[in-house]
Amino acid sequence: MSGAVVLATPIGGTRSLLARQVRDPWFITGASIYLAFLLIALFADVIAPNPPKDILFLADGRLAAALHPSAEFPLGTTTSGGDIFSQLIHGARSALLVGTSAAVVVVSVGTLMGLFAGYFGGWIDAVLMRVADIALGLPLLPSVIVLAAFLGPNTWNVVLAISALLWPNSARIIRSQVMSLRERAYIEAARAAGSSHLSILFRHIAPNILPLAFLFGSIAVGWAILTEASVSFLGFADPDATTWGFMLQDAYVSQALSRGLFNWFVPPGICIILLVSAGFFISRGYEQLLFPRLRD
Amino acid sequence: MTGRALLLRLGQMVFVLWVVTTLLFFLFRMMPGSPLAAYIDTSMTPEQQTILLHQFGLDRPLYQQYGLYLFNLAQGSLGFSFIYKTPVGSVLLTALPNTLLLTLSSLLVAYAFGILAGAFLAARRGTWIEAVSLPFVLASRALPEFWLGMVLLAILSFSFGWFPAGGATSPGASFPNEWARFTSLDYLHHLVLPALTLAIFLQGLPLLLMRSNMLEVMQEEFVVMSRMKGLSEWSIIIRHAARNALLPVATALALGIGSSIGGNVVVESVFSWPGLGRRLVEAVSASDYPLAQGAFLMIATAQVVMNCVADLVYATLDPRVGRR
Repeated sequence: MSGAVVLATPIGGTRSLLARQVRDPWFITGASIYLAFLLIALFADVIAPNPPKDILFLADGRLAAALHPSAEFPLGTTTSGGDIFSQLIHGARSALLVGTSAAVVVVSVGTLMGLFAGYFGGWIDAVLMRVADIALGLPLLPSVIVLAAFLGPNTWNVVLAISALLWPNSARIIRSQVMSLRERAYIEAARAAGSSHLSILFRHIAPNILPLAFLFGSIAVGWAILTEASVSFLGFADPDATTWGFMLQDAYVSQALSRGLFNWFVPPGICIILLVSAGFFISRGYEQLLFPRLRD
Repeated sequence: MTGRALLLRLGQMVFVLWVVTTLLFFLFRMMPGSPLAAYIDTSMTPEQQTILLHQFGLDRPLYQQYGLYLFNLAQGSLGFSFIYKTPVGSVLLTALPNTLLLTLSSLLVAYAFGILAGAFLAARRGTWIEAVSLPFVLASRALPEFWLGMVLLAILSFSFGWFPAGGATSPGASFPNEWARFTSLDYLHHLVLPALTLAIFLQGLPLLLMRSNMLEVMQEEFVVMSRMKGLSEWSIIIRHAARNALLPVATALALGIGSSIGGNVVVESVFSWPGLGRRLVEAVSASDYPLAQGAFLMIATAQVVMNCVADLVYATLDPRVGRR
């Protein structure tokens, strides 16, 4: 194996790759889904008819429990009188927040580690890659559960735990890309012209790996959302946050399955699938990103 | 793979296992509250509590506790579960077969289906079949497993009543021995839904891998050569191309066994499947540190060992690797 992930146009930089991507129907679909959820998240307070955590009552004073979908409650209500539609809308906010913040941390840490390991090689590479081996050896979900239990049930602790486990995947891909870029003639020329290591790294190499980092980020968003949903479902997340995972846990423990309340537990799942596959659509064609260990 | 490379890889595996074990020890020692909080009865006198702390070695300095922990671990002793009041090892050993059976049966179904469907889709490249099925395959990888399990439960179990709603055997069922239990129709009936849930989630990876490898292999010279020899297209696909395309799939399978054992956590919880993941969740919720530590260690060991196996499989099957 050459060890390098070869992009079609590694030297063209971000602009030409993005230009090519923008014409791709998969990319357009994925980006439109992201945009739609972004708008929903931004205007959640306007779109949602009720505050997500409110316990609602009917005009005659009865608890608005387990109501079927109607004009007033588009998706019905939960068994404890919550408006499912409003919870769903507010769930988009935390899903995007968790997904993008974890992806930003994963990609920036991964990119920096990959740049240093790939460019300098030697003991820096050896140390960074052994640390990456350890993180890759830890089972993702069990580790996040244990860390969240240890650090406290808080959304940011979940993001932190996810980031701590996922960065090695991007670091490995970036590293192999940097290792092949390092040998190019124009890097050689920059070195001969007296550029410092840092200048070569950040002015000549980093711009060329940005498209790769960007594509990896769109997949990492999905991983983070799925992991956060699982952690919430198992009951280790912030009990005050309204997330899709929390909604599903609420439905599961309230016997929504045996009561056939599909209007309660189907919509959050559909939203998760849409948002996560949007990232996959954007990055389609770069399959080596999905299973880095196989090509490494 | 040379002997030296093999030794290096095994050494790396042992190193990772040691670091994980050590991290786990310090993490659980730093957990809020006394590690004995759940074990100590409020009716115990302070003297009794001191005796108990001494019995568990918790009155010694941290480095001695760490030494004791490694020493016990080397002998296979994982401590005493607070909630089950039995040794952690025996709790885990009853859970392990359930997790292994669930993981292996779902992987078997997922990979058999994924390999065939992937090869088929590669042969149908550019047709409407591909255009319709690819988005579904990608979406199946975006599914939250536990949600898929909930939907299947609500439809196939609660609405149609075809499958039991959870657990591994019917309440009150008794078996002469463990073997009879695992091979009973009752057990298999309980296994279907959780295994199906996992299989649907897992089939996307082998399918996409097989498809892209087939597309790559079909461009290679020996395939063009066979075509020139006049071999039929299906004979080329099955006898020549598929063999070469299977290598990364085999590696993915080895990695999949390791990561599924940990990833089963949510599916086991949805279906109340009495496996390792469910024990871990139970233990963490109940602050049963010895059980949580033991379950985590077992899951992590499976993953680290299978990561190593995946590398060895890759090196053995692909002659280009390891002869650098």
